[in-house]
Amino acid sequence: MGKYKTEPLKCWNKAKELREKYYNDYASAHERGGIRWTGGAWSFDAIPYGLGDDVFPLTGEPYAASIAFDKKFSLECLEATESKGWARDLCSYMRNYWGSMYINKFLFGGPYPKPNFGFQDHICCSHAKWYQVVSEHEKFPYFNIDVSVGAYRDVKDNPHKIRYIVDQMHESIEFMEKVTGRTYSDEKLIEAVKNDCRSTSTWAKVCKLNQNRPAPLEEKSMYSLYVFGTLSKAKKEFADFYDELYDEVQDRVARGVVAIEDERCRLMSDTQPPWGFLKIFRYLETFGAISIGSLYTFGLIGNWIYDDEGHFVPRPTPMDLGISIDSRDKALEILAEWTLSRPEWQHFFDPRIKTEMMLSIAKEWKVDGIMLHLNRGCEGLSCGIMQNRNGLTESGIPVMTFEGNMGDEREFDENRTVARIDSFMETLDLQPLATA
Amino acid sequence: MTTVGIDIGSKYVKIIVLKAEGIVASAKREGGFEQAQVANELLDETLTDKGMSRDDVATFCSTGAGRKVVDFAKETVTEVSAGSRACIELYPDVRTIIDVGAEEGRAIRCNDTGKVEDFAINEKCAAGSGAFTESMARALELSVEELGKISLESSALVPMNAQCAVFAESEVVSLLHANTPKHDIAKAIHDAIASRIVSMTRRVGINMPIALVGGMARNVGFVDSLNRSLEDTVRIPDDPEMISAYGAALIAADRSN
Repeated sequence: MGKYKTEPLKCWNKAKELREKYYNDYASAHERGGIRWTGGAWSFDAIPYGLGDDVFPLTGEPYAASIAFDKKFSLECLEATESKGWARDLCSYMRNYWGSMYINKFLFGGPYPKPNFGFQDHICCSHAKWYQVVSEHEKFPYFNIDVSVGAYRDVKDNPHKIRYIVDQMHESIEFMEKVTGRTYSDEKLIEAVKNDCRSTSTWAKVCKLNQNRPAPLEEKSMYSLYVFGTLSKAKKEFADFYDELYDEVQDRVARGVVAIEDERCRLMSDTQPPWGFLKIFRYLETFGAISIGSLYTFGLIGNWIYDDEGHFVPRPTPMDLGISIDSRDKALEILAEWTLSRPEWQHFFDPRIKTEMMLSIAKEWKVDGIMLHLNRGCEGLSCGIMQNRNGLTESGIPVMTFEGNMGDEREFDENRTVARIDSFMETLDLQPLATA
Repeated sequence: MTTVGIDIGSKYVKIIVLKAEGIVASAKREGGFEQAQVANELLDETLTDKGMSRDDVATFCSTGAGRKVVDFAKETVTEVSAGSRACIELYPDVRTIIDVGAEEGRAIRCNDTGKVEDFAINEKCAAGSGAFTESMARALELSVEELGKISLESSALVPMNAQCAVFAESEVVSLLHANTPKHDIAKAIHDAIASRIVSMTRRVGINMPIALVGGMARNVGFVDSLNRSLEDTVRIPDDPEMISAYGAALIAADRSN
C-alpha cells in the first residue's frame, strides 16, 4: 500500500477504442466512398476536413511508433526498407512506415491502405522526403507546404511570413479539390480549425494539472493520450475526448488521486521515447520517481504561451478571446499562426528556445531531474539536444543522457540504460523503494 | 568495524576488506561466466587468509555491472558513486574523475563529500573502453602491456578517425599494410581513446586535478595520451582497478554508521 491513492483513468478504454476506430476508419474509408490521405502528425490536418465528413488521415509518426512497439513487425519493416537501399541512419519512423508500405502489410490487419493523396509540410528534411517517396511508390498525388519562415517569436510581428504559408494553404485546397473531384466546404474547414485550437489548448490544460504534487498523470500513460493530437488535432471526436479527459483529471486532482503511489521524485524526459522499451518508465517508479512529462509530451500537440508574469500557460483559443473565424482566409491564417506558435514548432528553429521552455517546465512543474534521450532515430528533435543539456545543467538541474532510438530497437541497450538510471537515481539520493 | 566492498566488473571480481585503520586485504580474480560463485570463493579465501569469517563483517556492499548477482551483499551501489567516494577519500581536492574499465569509460564530477553531481558514460560502442585496447593489441599481435609501452616510443601523429571498435581494427590493419611502424599505430590507438574520453569529460566539466581510475590507468600509453590531451598530469592510485571495490567498502562503512 503506497503513500497516495491511485486508480486507473476512467477514459482509458475509450481512448483505446478511439484509437482503434481511427485506424479502422482509415483502412475501410474506401468501402464507404470516403477519402484517405496520408501525411505527418505536423501536417495542417484541419484543411482536408473541408472535403467532407468522410475524409480520414493516416499520420506517419504515430503509425510508425505503433509499429515500433511491435518489435517483430518493426524489424520486418526496417529490414524491408534497408533492402530497398535506404540507409539505417534515416528517420526510424519513416523507415518503419516505408517498410509497412514495401511489404504491403498494415499493422492493424490487411494490406497497406493506399491513400488518395499525400499532404505534408517541410518541418524537417525527413518529413519533406517521406511522403514524396510514398507517393512515388504508391502513385498518388502529393502536396507539400514549405514552412521555413523562422521561429514564431520572429514571425508573429511579420505578417508576410504567415501569409507565405497561408497562400500555400489556399493552393493546397485547390489541389485537393482537383485530385478528389469534390467541392470544398469552408464551413467544415472553419469547424476543423476550431477543433484544432480546442484540442491543442485543452491538452495543454491537462498537462498543466501535472503541476500538482503528487502528479495525477505519469508520462507513460500520457503517451497514450497525447497521441490523438498526433493522429488528428482537428477531429471533433478527439477535441471532445480531450474535454472529457480534462474534466476527469481535474476530478482526480480534487479527490487527491495520483499517478503513482509513492511519488518521491519528479523527472522530466525529452523527445520521443524508445517506443519498444517504455518499461523504463515503470522502472523509474521502483525508486518512487515519476516522469511528469516533457516539452515533447506537452508541446508537440499542446499549445502554450508565456503569460504577462512569465508563466508557461496553455494558450487561450481564438474562440476564448472572441476572435471571429468567418472566412476561408481567416481560418487558414489562424491555423498557420496557431500552429507556428506550438512549442515543438518553435524550437525546431532554435535549440535555445527549447532550453528556455524546458527550464520553465522544470521550474513550474517542480522537476528534480531530467532524462534526455539522445534519439538516434530523429534528427529533427535531437538536433541541439546537447546544447539543451548544457543550458539545463548550468541552471543546476541534474541531467542524465541515454542513447537510443524511438523506432529501431536495434539501437537501444536496455541493460545499459537501466544501469545508467541506477547511477542517476543515486545522484538524486534515491534508493529502490523496497530497500529505502 | 569491518566492511567489504565487492566489485563485480565485466571481466574481474575484486574485493576489498576495510577496517577503521584502512584496507586490510584485497583480491582480484577473473569472473568468467560464474561471477557469483567466483565472488563467494574469493571472499571466503580472502577473509580466511586474514583469519576472519563472514561473521566478522558488519556490512557487505557490492558494485559493478554484476552487483546484483551476489546475494550476501545487502547493500549495493553503482560504480559511479563507488568510484567517486573512493577518489575523494584518496584525493580530497579532486572533483573530476575519469574511470576507464574493460567495458565502459566514465567521467564523473563530484562535490567535496564524493557525492556525484554529474556523470557521462561512453555510448554503446566499445571505442572508449579497455576492451578496445585488447582488440587493437590483438590486431597488432602484442599484449596490452606491450601496446602501452611501445606507444611511448612514438612521436608521430597518426590520425585514427574510426569511432567504432570494429572499424578501428580495420583502420589498424590498413595502417599495418601501409608499413606504419607498430609504435606509431599504438600511439594512434591511445590518442584516439584519450580524445574520446576527454571529449566526454568536457561534458561534465574538466577541473584539475583529475583522478584516473579503472584498469586502463595501468596502460602507460593511454595515460601518456590522456595527459597530453588534458595538458596536465592525472593522479592515479596504486591499485586503480580496485577503486570501485574500495569505494563500495567505504560506502558500506558510511551506511553502517
